[in-house]
Amino acid sequence: MSFSHKDLLGIADLNADEITYILDTAEKMAEVSHRPMKKVPALRGKLVVNLFFETSTRTRSSFEIAEKRLSADTLNFSASASAVQKGESLADTVLNIDRMQPDCYVMRHASPGSCHLIKRLTPAAVVNAGDGAHEHPTQALLDAMTIRQRKGSFKGLQVLICGDIAHSRVVRSNVHLLNKVGAKVTVCGPATLIPPHFESLGVRVTSDFEKALQGKDVVMMLRIQLERQQRGLFPSLLEYYKTFGLTEQRLKLANKEAIVMHPGPMNRGVEIASEVADGPYSVILDQVENGVAVRMAVLYLLLGGGEDEASH
Amino acid sequence: MKRLIKNGRVIDPSSGTDETLDVLLEDGSIARVDKRIQEKSAEVFDATGLIVAPGFIDMHVHLREPGFERKETIASGLAAALAGGFTGVCCMPNTDPVNDCASVTQYVLHKAKGVSPVAVYPVGAITKGLKGEDLAPFAELKEAGVRALSDDGRPVTRSSVMRRALEYAGSLGLLVIDHCEDLDLAEGGVMNEGPVSARLGLRGIPADAEYLPVRRDLALSRLTGQRLHVAHVSTRRAVEAIRAAKKKRIPVTAEATPHHFALTDAACTAFDSNTKMNPPLRDQEDVDGIIEGLADGTIDAIATDHAPHAYEEKFVEFDRAPNGIIGLQTAVSLALDRLVRSDRVSLKRVVDAFACAPARLLGLERKGAIREGMDADLTLFSPRKEFCLQEKDVKSLSRNSPFLGQKLRGAVVATVIAGSVYSVK
Repeated sequence: MSFSHKDLLGIADLNADEITYILDTAEKMAEVSHRPMKKVPALRGKLVVNLFFETSTRTRSSFEIAEKRLSADTLNFSASASAVQKGESLADTVLNIDRMQPDCYVMRHASPGSCHLIKRLTPAAVVNAGDGAHEHPTQALLDAMTIRQRKGSFKGLQVLICGDIAHSRVVRSNVHLLNKVGAKVTVCGPATLIPPHFESLGVRVTSDFEKALQGKDVVMMLRIQLERQQRGLFPSLLEYYKTFGLTEQRLKLANKEAIVMHPGPMNRGVEIASEVADGPYSVILDQVENGVAVRMAVLYLLLGGGEDEASH
Repeated sequence: MKRLIKNGRVIDPSSGTDETLDVLLEDGSIARVDKRIQEKSAEVFDATGLIVAPGFIDMHVHLREPGFERKETIASGLAAALAGGFTGVCCMPNTDPVNDCASVTQYVLHKAKGVSPVAVYPVGAITKGLKGEDLAPFAELKEAGVRALSDDGRPVTRSSVMRRALEYAGSLGLLVIDHCEDLDLAEGGVMNEGPVSARLGLRGIPADAEYLPVRRDLALSRLTGQRLHVAHVSTRRAVEAIRAAKKKRIPVTAEATPHHFALTDAACTAFDSNTKMNPPLRDQEDVDGIIEGLADGTIDAIATDHAPHAYEEKFVEFDRAPNGIIGLQTAVSLALDRLVRSDRVSLKRVVDAFACAPARLLGLERKGAIREGMDADLTLFSPRKEFCLQEKDVKSLSRNSPFLGQKLRGAVVATVIAGSVYSVK
């Protein structure tokens, strides 16, 4: 199997075999982080530019660590310290950096489709690290890696994703991925935080959290941003917690072996109770760990780390 | 100077004419329409195989001058109109300064003089500065040459203001054109609300953001008894509301753009900002509704909403890009390809929508018909000729079109204005 994509803009562009191939590669990469010498020379001499136009702690550190473990050179470009504040357009920013001959851009941006825009400007690979509420493919891949480690396979797996569906890139990438590999997805949240027609993505949509929990193998909670409440999308954080917060009591409604996931950062006491976040069924920190492996795999596959490396 | 347009299929919906005829033009007017006219002194234009229609008039164009000459100038916009088969255009008042007083209207007419044979009909603002509060001086605007009023780009949000606008404009015989959008419901959306927006993570604008203000305007038209023209209708529900209102003899008319019958919101999937407009591209159900509305005359006119934007303005993130596309050079071909070729709208109705309806709505008594004594303005086109607009052939200063490089069946061959023939390459 080879991986023929130049970019990773979204899970929508991948098929099930390619997803499996990335996950298999990630499993191999995971081991590197446990060596005393946490580095392989796969991307030596490659320049990866991390273009972050939105703040990010987890994703950005995870990508940077993945790049370093593969021996790539990295350049971190954040909007606050850049020409963007002087009014430079995204296109011009990329055209300028491009003359420094990068091999890959990892971009986080508030606008859906922004990676599609820069893809037209550069011969370098583009990895979407989150574009608005559109996609966050590496998040879905690391989630899938975590699920597969716990559940073995995706076939027929019942997955519930609950929270701010409307503004979440994580949910869209996860829905695409889980549908492709044969899991069944239900999304849940206040109706004001679920875009109309979301069921057309091939998911069940409900606002009845307790009912939705029943029979679920995977429960993925999404972050609720305070700002949404300020915009009047739901009445109060307390009401949200009472209706959609994942408590130990509620978790009992799910399948016995159900795992709890969260892409972070968590609001304890808003969408998830602390006992659940820290409980035995929580795989939230596994997700973080797998993030590095998945990003190593993606960068490795896109930047063609060399056939000899791939063969062993 | 006499010119004889020979052997074309003359389609004039205003008189029901549809037959092969010769048209003799003399001194800027139509002198005779008949079979096999013999006129030795006339210069002959062989229109064999072509359709000869009354001159097309685009009721909805943004010429951008004054104020936004980087996007378009009156000269470049009119060059695009001429190449697109239009003999006249209405230009919208959302310029800088806004066309809300006689001096701006006069400036536009002055700048248009001599740069192009295409006629310019400036549309005045409904409210001063397009702010939606105080009425612009309609009588002054009318005297300066305005035939219609609109705050296009913005709705007239306050119902009391819209009511007064209809009453006052009606007393002066001016047409009020409303951009129907409930900004509160649209809530900063950037594309149609539907499965595509749900998938792309872009904020959607529901069809009701158009339907609700259309319903309000229909009620106000009924209340005042005054004419109302709904700009760029994009949804089936708005078409149905207008159809029902027409049945009740409410004096409403409407227009639709080529992009709203040629594209659905599925075109937004590649995040190309040339698929971003307001109203947004809608779904197939809406596209079918627009086409049915055009077919049965519920939608009177086809207008482009030609909206030029400079390259660098459009080449940004989708949700940050300005709305609109250029349309003057592709409108006729799109109508022929998407409406006539598929047999969904008759050729006669398309000619009516491009020529007769705008002339009627704007009160241009010497336009919109091919008969003796009318202005010698004609649009000559072939429904079979292939057309493909290449970037180098765009006359507009801007290039923001999703139709560049697309092969269409049906092409404008010549635009005739005041008896002069301007062939389209």
